[in-house]
Amino acid sequence: MNTNVKPVIDIRNLKVYFYVKAGTVKAVDGVTLAIEPGVKLGLVGESGSGKTTMALALMRMVRPPATIEGELFLDGVDILKLSEEEMRRVRLSELAMIPQGAMNSLNPVMRIRDQILDGMIDHGVRMSRSEANQKVEELLDIVELPKKVARMYPHELSGGMKQRVCVAIAISMRPKVLIADEPTSALDVVIQRQVMETITRLVKNLNLSMILIGHDMGLMAQSVDRIAVMYPGKLMEVGDVRDIFAEPLHPYTQALINSLPVLGKRGVFNGIPGVPPSVINPGPGCPFNDRCPKVIEGLCIQKMPPFREIKPGRWVACHLYEGVN
Amino acid sequence: MRLSYVIRRVFFVFMVIWTAATINFVLPRLTGRDPIKEQLMQQIASAGRKPEDAEQMWRKYNDLFGLDKPLWQQYLSYMSSVARLDFGYSINSYPRTVMEIIIARGRLTLPFLSVAIFIAFVTGILLGALLGWNKTPKWISAIVVPPLMVFSSVPQFLVALVLIYFVAFRAKLFPLGDPYPKTMIEDWSNPAFLAKYAYHAVLPILSVVIVEASGWALGMRAMMVTVEGEDYATFAEAKGLKNSRIFFRYLMRNALLPSLTGLALRLGFIITGAAVTETFFNYSGIGSTLSTAISTFDYFLLYGICLIMVVSIALATFIMDMIYPLLDPRIAYRGQRG
Repeated sequence: MNTNVKPVIDIRNLKVYFYVKAGTVKAVDGVTLAIEPGVKLGLVGESGSGKTTMALALMRMVRPPATIEGELFLDGVDILKLSEEEMRRVRLSELAMIPQGAMNSLNPVMRIRDQILDGMIDHGVRMSRSEANQKVEELLDIVELPKKVARMYPHELSGGMKQRVCVAIAISMRPKVLIADEPTSALDVVIQRQVMETITRLVKNLNLSMILIGHDMGLMAQSVDRIAVMYPGKLMEVGDVRDIFAEPLHPYTQALINSLPVLGKRGVFNGIPGVPPSVINPGPGCPFNDRCPKVIEGLCIQKMPPFREIKPGRWVACHLYEGVN
Repeated sequence: MRLSYVIRRVFFVFMVIWTAATINFVLPRLTGRDPIKEQLMQQIASAGRKPEDAEQMWRKYNDLFGLDKPLWQQYLSYMSSVARLDFGYSINSYPRTVMEIIIARGRLTLPFLSVAIFIAFVTGILLGALLGWNKTPKWISAIVVPPLMVFSSVPQFLVALVLIYFVAFRAKLFPLGDPYPKTMIEDWSNPAFLAKYAYHAVLPILSVVIVEASGWALGMRAMMVTVEGEDYATFAEAKGLKNSRIFFRYLMRNALLPSLTGLALRLGFIITGAAVTETFFNYSGIGSTLSTAISTFDYFLLYGICLIMVVSIALATFIMDMIYPLLDPRIAYRGQRG
């Protein structure tokens, strides 16, 4: 990794807490992460590990009773300090999201054309009617949709087409960063692959940074440059995708990769025994301690290991690597 | 929208009206009561006529109204007059025709009630949308929602009685009843009459608006919350849209659809709803005429009003069916397929 490049996204000690009757839900608990321009980062984790909350937090869209703390620099500007109106203008134009639920992410009573244009209009883009038509056609063309889609309503499109429309909307203002929250999880595998190819192609051509959120390690391996492994509320490990797969450091990452099926080898899948811990009032130790095969009694239960960069671009939070440098 | 869709709907409307007209014909005959005999008996008792004349008069009247004919003939002549919107004479207000009465009373009811329904709908929907919106401060809901729940669940006549007692009787701000002062002549081209009509309509309108707007508001609030949970609401925010656009085009626009169906049905029930309001405000409109017709068993007037009711419900639903595909593109799609 070239450490001299200024990161486009610099998350420092981000915390998203929900204050509910049962206690404090620490959905995101002190995440530190930087993404350089043009880099595609995959954020992986099990259900409930706080991936989607992270995505919403990055868009600054978490609502009460959730609170958000820490620093979140987008190109050097801490977006957590922006006013509501300033933040609104950042969304789509600098920080765009491809939503999770492809089937239902478009307004059912508006034509596709209007849904592509209204974001731009609300960001002050002024277009004549013919310019607008041209822009819509151009965007549809980029995501490989015929131009007649512009006049259609969402229910006339298939799931894959709808998700392509969402992609077209997300890139309509050439954002710096694209946040894709499981963009293909609602689609079948064939369409999944096609849509993912479109997204990665666009990210490359437009030189965007992307945060791809998901739980599919296989999909990640194909689509991203770096991987961040999340375990309820916390980052466990971050590194280049090749390094992570070649030499996973954290026991959780190791278990995750071991649980992948191997081509040609028959046998029982290696799951990870146990269930993820509750994020309501978590204990002081490492969240993975009760499932960890390499747990150090005492230390791992009482103290959360610091999230440290143990070699350039490689971060891990585990007591096993204490002192390694 | 396909032509076949329209044709199917039109056919449906006719079927509904025909069925209703038939039931309308059969039902009163199943009660076993004889309106003419009852009317005559009353007259004899009050006017001191001789009972011997009664038999003859009863025959005469039955002949006049065609009630001596076989049932199927009565049915056919009934259907043909229904088709001409001719419901014959009122038994009680003879020689006035049913249509005359319906028009005379209906034109007193329709203006005030449609204004009331319109105001109730618009205020209720806007209020509900604002209350359900997640950008609205929580304390506003905390203050406004409990009274809405009370108003939407108390019977309308209670609200009417409270208004009559405090506003009309005690404070004397508005008249106690009647569509216009008894000393005035009904003349719709006279501005002074219109002003008085409006003045007299304030309390009846208020009683309808208080109850119905609360109901619309609560329903709309619930729908807003549902729509806000939809993925397209989240995506709309992620698109950095202006709050006003999200509120009107994304949230309200979608949350409104079920309420519009409700409005169409409400408009269809304009007469039945009027009965309660008009009875309490002593308002001689179509609603109070309906309740009088029931209690005095005025066959023909009842036929007429009931049929007008059915026609208005069927028409309201029909109009809604025609407009709905424009409001919700998904409906037209289903129509084309099925």
